[in-house]
Amino acid sequence: MKLHKVGALAVAAVTSFALGACSAGSLGSSDDSGGKVTLSFLVDNTQSTVASAEQLAKDFSAKNSNITVKVESRPGGTEGDNLIKTRLSTGDMSDVFLYNTGSLFQAIAPEKNLVPLDDQPYVGQLEDNFKKTVTAGGKLYGAPIGTFSAGGVMYNRAVYSKLNLQVPKTWADFMANSAKIKAAGIDPIIQTYQDTWTSQLFVLGDFHNVLINEPDFPDKYTKNQAKYATDPYAVKGFERQQQAHDAGYFNKDFASSKLDDGLKKLANGQGAQYPILSGVVANIVATYPDKVKDIGMFPLPGDDAAKNGMTVWTPNGLYIPKSVEGAKLDAAKKFVAFVASPEGCDSQSKASAPTGPYAVKTCKLPADVTQVAKDTQSYIDKPGASSLALEFLSPIKGPALEQITVEVGSGIRKAKDGAALYDQDVKKQAQQLGLPGW
Amino acid sequence: MATTTINRQHARPSTASAPQPGKRHSPYPLWFYLPAAVIYGVLFLVPTVLAFYFSLTRWTIFDSKFIGFDNYVTFFQEPALVSGLWHTLVYAVITSAAKVVLGMLLAVLLTSQIVARGYLRSVVFFPVLVSTIGVGLTFVVLMNPEYGLINNWLSVIGIQGPAWLTDPKWALFSVALVDIWKGVGLATLIYIAGIVSIPAEYFEAAKVDGAGAWDNFRRIILPLARPATVTVILLSLIGGLRSFDLIWAMTRGGPGFTSDVIASVIYKQYQAGFYGLSTAGNVILFLLVIAIIFPLSRFLNRKEVEL
Repeated sequence: MKLHKVGALAVAAVTSFALGACSAGSLGSSDDSGGKVTLSFLVDNTQSTVASAEQLAKDFSAKNSNITVKVESRPGGTEGDNLIKTRLSTGDMSDVFLYNTGSLFQAIAPEKNLVPLDDQPYVGQLEDNFKKTVTAGGKLYGAPIGTFSAGGVMYNRAVYSKLNLQVPKTWADFMANSAKIKAAGIDPIIQTYQDTWTSQLFVLGDFHNVLINEPDFPDKYTKNQAKYATDPYAVKGFERQQQAHDAGYFNKDFASSKLDDGLKKLANGQGAQYPILSGVVANIVATYPDKVKDIGMFPLPGDDAAKNGMTVWTPNGLYIPKSVEGAKLDAAKKFVAFVASPEGCDSQSKASAPTGPYAVKTCKLPADVTQVAKDTQSYIDKPGASSLALEFLSPIKGPALEQITVEVGSGIRKAKDGAALYDQDVKKQAQQLGLPGW
Repeated sequence: MATTTINRQHARPSTASAPQPGKRHSPYPLWFYLPAAVIYGVLFLVPTVLAFYFSLTRWTIFDSKFIGFDNYVTFFQEPALVSGLWHTLVYAVITSAAKVVLGMLLAVLLTSQIVARGYLRSVVFFPVLVSTIGVGLTFVVLMNPEYGLINNWLSVIGIQGPAWLTDPKWALFSVALVDIWKGVGLATLIYIAGIVSIPAEYFEAAKVDGAGAWDNFRRIILPLARPATVTVILLSLIGGLRSFDLIWAMTRGGPGFTSDVIASVIYKQYQAGFYGLSTAGNVILFLLVIAIIFPLSRFLNRKEVEL
């Protein structure tokens, strides 16, 4: 008897706890009274992204006076992934949010959490490569924000012309250039391992060289038939990072430097070559505007000069979570359509320098784009001289790659060993996604 | 432990008067326990049981699938875990041992008749009050091998300081040093309390017998401050085993995996979205802490009784 009572009381207490939690959660999102709608718009906290998001919000509200867009920012990297997943699963996501395309997009269970955007008028205007990276289960869930960018070597053109160097087309040329740069007393290769993600470029940016030799690598990789450690082309990214370290070509303080330190070195000509994503040129534009013309971009070279080409990242996606409904959903769709229109592109170009072409076919780049964007564009325009990065061709990307490449680049771990460790890391991701064959 | 003894004491008189000798009767009605029971159940019992369950699933936060012990197998195959386990033990033992020795020495100093004793006591305790993350970030700046204050000072006296946090051989040790600096105040405080509570008669008797300072320390303070030692060892060992915030603020387990401890390995699995796997890691950490602390605590406390 008594036990029964206790049980009933406990149940009552638990339910009231749960109810309390619910009502507290919904307090934040009920302010669409009187035809006015306020949209929350979550973006990552990179300087350039926040700037274009603010500009987009401003220009959009100027056109649609009854909709206000409030920009919120979040950390990037794995911390950001975690935040996005948690907020989606608790139904507490902002009305429109920016997130990666490709493998990371697949990991947020789009079919369960996102509003499909197939029926939107702008879909026909989107670039095909981009469309593939925001499609899950045959439906399209994202619209592009930002531009294509490249993963390659950003280099100081002033240093190159002073030392009479040519853009290297093979890895051997690249190492020969580095030797000459070192002889001139300049750091040949900049590495910045306090921002661990920057250590991955030797591997990720080398993917064009893998794909051009093995077009079916992504497919086999997804099916657990190809491995980084055993594939003769894939392992080269790790090996080259080790070679560059062993040759002593890195800046002395590579272990304690951050991205901003690296860009400072590059802009001021204390370092000559920096394997990095081209998107960071926006930071140089903001911090060293008079040096931007000195900075160019070339791909991480492979073995064959004829197959030289750039590894390309697609723009990020804009998504609407399923928790958005009614008038808010209409407003959110309208906002996303604005971003994916020529006006939206212009608005973004105004706020921060584009680093490559937009994924909307009707968008035009402004006349005064950076040299980095021009270099990138030249590879994208040339047939066969660019490939999408692996994360857009396969849903699998291991989370520990940045730690592994830090170890390989610091000489703590050998290349082959690092590649094998990464294969193990990837296995967890594949199992988590429930892929067949793992 | 404490609650059961109290219960028994209460139970004894009531069993004598109760009609059914098998059932112990509480002086309080059942509903009196309810608020505490609900809070305990909802906030502690339910999550613990759920954690054991979810550690056996592949959990994507959106849904979960039962996969048996696969997570545990994966976790123990994780190369970072084996090194993380080792780092955890090294870190816990180094910080705990240093806190015991330094805490004891500082306490002896700060209980002696010195100038500005109260001020010095608060200075030693001060780092305990500062936010761990703040301390970590400050020391990241101080320990920078190129521009950091520490290496600048060392170079003044002609020593080339190591790359504290970025040299794989030093990283874990450097974090442990900061942990000791931050935590020794609490150990000192516990020791001061322990030493002050030793009755003055012992020292007077020793003085009569002609004991010197060393004998006082060796024969009186050391054995009679034993309860304090037990507390300091247990607290700092538990703190060391589950330490995370300082390591994360200073190195994020890096460079590479060289200062990863179990807690940071678990955290990284969680960040990567492997929720089932990281829950399994938490269960392992829980068992590890119990496996080390429980026997140790019994061993130390038994010795105390024998004294």
